[in-house]
Amino acid sequence: MSTGLIAHRGSVLWIAAMIHRLSGLGLAVFLPFHFLALGLAIDSNAKLESFLRWTDQPWVKLSESGLVFLLIVHLLGGLRVLVIENMDWRDGQKQLATLAAAAAAVVAFIFLVRVF
Amino acid sequence: MNIRLYLWQRGTAALLAPLVLVHIAVIFYATRQGLSAADVLSRTHDSIVWASYYALFVAAVSIHASIGLRNILAEWSPLTPRAADWFAIMFGVLLAMLGARAIYAVVLA
Repeated sequence: MSTGLIAHRGSVLWIAAMIHRLSGLGLAVFLPFHFLALGLAIDSNAKLESFLRWTDQPWVKLSESGLVFLLIVHLLGGLRVLVIENMDWRDGQKQLATLAAAAAAVVAFIFLVRVF
Repeated sequence: MNIRLYLWQRGTAALLAPLVLVHIAVIFYATRQGLSAADVLSRTHDSIVWASYYALFVAAVSIHASIGLRNILAEWSPLTPRAADWFAIMFGVLLAMLGARAIYAVVLA
């Protein structure tokens, strides 16, 4: 592929679009399992409780904070897209995209600190 | 993506934004002292408000995610557009069914 076709891939806004797409894909993969986990309560509360105790493991909590990051970065990235498409153009899109990722990382880190 | 799918994608995105904000707030509230089944179910059981909120959430996210998945498959996978359509539809239906089952589990069961 010529460098002319891939030169834009270093752009903050291309990376933002890619993060938005990949975070959405990650959330789509996670959602069926999330629903299945909640569905454990159909059999008994004890089954759901047993699953929740399994999620007390550090690596699961770490994964959950990753999911919080994905959710927030996808939300903020999506809001940016909606604003761009429906309102007057505003400068500073690269800064806004960076701010969205930073805000998602901060909230995910706060979540991680709270659950440990 | 045709105009109809574009409008559904953006419409459900706009609907999901406030729902996700509430969900994030609930995540932080629910995990403040550790998550337990008793806590979760005491909030949701027999609650028409939470049932309505999650029903709206599941419906919107099933549409939003399946259209997004369709776009990714159409652009990144070797699937034909028609196969990508069918895969996305099946994924959306699966999400809606599992979501409805989850709502039943935490609200009605």
